[in-house]
Amino acid sequence: MSTGHDDQGHDHGHHHHHDHDHDHLHPYDPEHHHPHRADQDDSMTYYRLMEEAVRELMIDKGLVTADDIRAEIEAMDARSPANGALVVARAWTDPEFKKRLIASPKEAIAEVGHDIGPMKLIVLENTPEVHNVVVCTLCSCYPRWILGIPPDWYKSRSYRSRVVREPRAVLREFGTEIADNREVRVHDSTADMRYFVLPMRPAGTDGMSEEALAALVHRDSMIGVTEVTV
Amino acid sequence: MARFAVGDRVRVHKQFPPTPPSHIRTPYYVRGHAGVVERICGAFRNPEELAFGRDGAPEIPLYRVRFRQKDLWSDYEGHEDDKIDIEIFEFWLDQAEGSEGETA
Repeated sequence: MSTGHDDQGHDHGHHHHHDHDHDHLHPYDPEHHHPHRADQDDSMTYYRLMEEAVRELMIDKGLVTADDIRAEIEAMDARSPANGALVVARAWTDPEFKKRLIASPKEAIAEVGHDIGPMKLIVLENTPEVHNVVVCTLCSCYPRWILGIPPDWYKSRSYRSRVVREPRAVLREFGTEIADNREVRVHDSTADMRYFVLPMRPAGTDGMSEEALAALVHRDSMIGVTEVTV
Repeated sequence: MARFAVGDRVRVHKQFPPTPPSHIRTPYYVRGHAGVVERICGAFRNPEELAFGRDGAPEIPLYRVRFRQKDLWSDYEGHEDDKIDIEIFEFWLDQAEGSEGETA
């Protein structure tokens, strides 16, 4: 414990009356503290302290305002795989857009209304010959500016270590079977580039609107652990 | 100015980094292995310096190098043509012998 709130006898907002029945199964014990799930914001770790100190200094010095920081967090949280899905749907319906997307992702993505900021993006097109899948074996690099927050499994040691070693087995666990004669290409995001998979358009979607197509495209297909199906 | 061109065969240095503390971006599984330059990503500040609060200058060419899975893992189970593409900074690479194998 680092906050000491238990030491101060904090009572969690209710009293212990143990002479009647309620949902506590333990006998009266004045030293007893409820088991409770630890708050996630109750320990001032080294990095949390450093973040707070730097943030307060930057605000005091007038470099940023508290509202700037709040707005940035809000913008980060607002990014979602739906942004990427729109890009995929546009690429499926507009071959010229697809060419621009692969040649200069930042400019092409701006055309559909999304700013990928300083991110250096590489678009990986899945084809009948090649299936692409993305990992960051060293940490958890992810194209957040277009897909938002990465899923927990993407950051797990298991995914990171296994997908470079036995990608087909990992894909199978995601329900994705890649044909034996189709190349699996793993992309390890180790430095300054970020990766975005352009999945293949599924059969049976001729004539569908861009909006309807975008609704088919889910996050995992843009990481490359799944394919898009109807 | 980039030392290698797309299609060049390169080999990743094998040595472990010098005295800790160190910070590197070249995973163990590609060290000592040969691959082919898939593209030149540009030049970026050196993360091995940035990690220690230094300025990371000068910028260093960054490559994407393509390896055959069968070359990385002797017991690899999968298609003969399965690959890994990975970003590697120039100072980790040497020109590799021969030009056998595929071009990027």
